[in-house]
Amino acid sequence: MNLWNRLMCMARRRSPWLFHMNSGSCNGCDIEIVAALSPRYDAEQLGVRLEGSPRHADILCVTGPVTRKAAGAVKTVYGQVCGPKAVVAIGSCPATTNVFIDSRTLVGPLDKHIPVDVYVPGCPPRPDAIIAGVAKAAEILAGRGRNTAPASSATATVTPDFSPAVVQASSPPSGISANGEREGQP
Amino acid sequence: MSYKIPMGPYHPGLEEPYKLEMICEGETVQDAELKIGFNFRGVEHLAETRNYIQVIALMERVCGICSFIHTLTLCQAMEQLAGVEPPPRARYIRVVMAELERLHSHVLWAGIAAKLMGFKTMFMTCFALREKVMDVLQAISGNRVNYSMNCLGGVNRDVEDAPAIAGMVDDLEREMMRTIIPIFTTSSTARSRCAGIGVLTHDKALSCAVVGPTARASDVNQDLRRDAPYAAYAELDFEVPVEKAGDVRARLFVRALEIIESCRILRHALSNMPPGEISLNIDKPAFQAGTAISRVEAPRGEVMYSVTWKENSRNPARVHVRTPTYANMPAVRWMVRGARLADTPLIQASIDPCYSCTDR
Repeated sequence: MNLWNRLMCMARRRSPWLFHMNSGSCNGCDIEIVAALSPRYDAEQLGVRLEGSPRHADILCVTGPVTRKAAGAVKTVYGQVCGPKAVVAIGSCPATTNVFIDSRTLVGPLDKHIPVDVYVPGCPPRPDAIIAGVAKAAEILAGRGRNTAPASSATATVTPDFSPAVVQASSPPSGISANGEREGQP
Repeated sequence: MSYKIPMGPYHPGLEEPYKLEMICEGETVQDAELKIGFNFRGVEHLAETRNYIQVIALMERVCGICSFIHTLTLCQAMEQLAGVEPPPRARYIRVVMAELERLHSHVLWAGIAAKLMGFKTMFMTCFALREKVMDVLQAISGNRVNYSMNCLGGVNRDVEDAPAIAGMVDDLEREMMRTIIPIFTTSSTARSRCAGIGVLTHDKALSCAVVGPTARASDVNQDLRRDAPYAAYAELDFEVPVEKAGDVRARLFVRALEIIESCRILRHALSNMPPGEISLNIDKPAFQAGTAISRVEAPRGEVMYSVTWKENSRNPARVHVRTPTYANMPAVRWMVRGARLADTPLIQASIDPCYSCTDR
C-alpha cells in the first residue's frame, strides 16, 4: 500500500461524511441523528459531518423500514455514493421493519436492497449508539479502502447498552461475498 | 417563460421525503405542487390487525416527534369506547408530557428554521437546549423519543419527584428567555429572513382551514386546549398567543410565546398534581361497538382520531387519523406564490410539516 492510499484510509477513518436517507422512518431516528451532531453528543469531534449530497458522502445512514415508494430511491442513492462506502442501518426499522411488520406497503428490511455494514438497533437508538455505529462504519470504510483484502468485512451490531466501545461482530449478510467484495460497487 | 424546479424527494433542505415542484418565473415562484406518500407504511391498515394493547405501541410510531400526542388521542378515543375515565393524577401527567413534547417540538422547529435561515450557530444552540427538555422527558418516562407513557385508563409511569422536575423546567425557561427567544425576536438575521415572507392572510387561513400555530399566526384564535379541553387543561390557566401578520416571523413569534406558556402550564401542573392512582389497571376492557372521536392540540395543530370497534372484538375495526400537517399543507401553495425561490425551504418549514404523520 502506498503512502497516498494510507493517507486516504486515515482520512476516511478520521472524517467520515454522512448522507442521511429517510426511507419511510417515523422521524424518531432522524432526530436522534441530528441530536448526535448537536453539542451535547458532538459527533463532529470524530470528523462526522452530515452532507447534503450522496456524491460527497462516505457513509450512508438509512432510517426507516423501506417503503415501496422509497425502495428505488434507496438503491439509486446507494449507487450515487462513491466507493469505498459503508452503510449504517439506524434503528430497528431498517433491520427488521419493527412494528410495521406485515405491512403491504413495505418492501423492507433494508438488507434485501443494499448490503448493510452496521446495524444500530433501538426504537430509536440513543445518539451515543448512533455515534458508536458510525465510528464502527468508519473503521470498516478505512479497511475497505486498502488494496489488501479488508479485514473487517463482517457486519457489526452495536449493542444498545449506550457504551460506545462495545461492538459485537456477527456473520456477514448475503449482500457481501466471501472475499469482502461488495456487490454493486463502482 | 416559466420553469418547473423540483425540490426533493431526497433534498438536503428537507427533513423528510416529499416532493415540492415549483413553477418559477426567474427567481419568483408562481405556483407549487406538493407530492407526498414516500412514508406510507399503511399504519391505519396495520392498526386493524393489532389488539388494544399492540395498537398503542403501533400508533406511537406514527410520528417520532409527537409520539405522545398520538397515543394520547388514541387512548382517549379508546377510553370513550371502553367507558372508563382516567384518574386525576394520570390526567395531570398527560398534560405534563404533552407540554414537554410541545416544548421539544417547538425548540426542534426553531433549530431547523435557524438552519434553513443559514443561522447555524442558532441551530446548535437550539439543539443544545433541546437536550435539556429531553433530559426532563427521560427523567419522567425513561425514554427519549417513544415514551410509551399512555395506556388504556391512565399512564404507565408516575412523576415521582415533581419538585425536581419543576426545578428542571425553571432552568429550561430561564435558558429559553435568555437565549432563544431574544435572538429569534430581535436578531437582524432572523428578522431579515422571516419578516414579510410566506404571508398567509386571515381570509386565506380560514378558507384553507389551517390549524395550530400556523392558524394562530394568521389571527385565527383557536386552540383545542382552551376550546375543547381534554386531560386536565380545563383546570389550568394559560393564554393562547395570537399574531396578526401571518408571515414566517409571526409563526416564529407564536411558537416562541407558546414555549413560555408551556413552561407556565408545566409549573402549574407540577405544583397542583393531585395524589392517587396513575392508572385504572384495566385487565379486560369491554369495548362498546361504535365510533369514538378524540381531538387533541398537538404541537403542530389539531390531531383527530376516529376509532371504530365491533362487538366482542379485541382489535379496532378502523382507526382513522387526521393530522395537522394534512390541514396545513395546502396553505403552503398560497404562501410560496410570489416568494423568492431561495425563501421556499424556509416557508414550507414554517408550517412545521410532519410528513410521516401525514403519510402514515
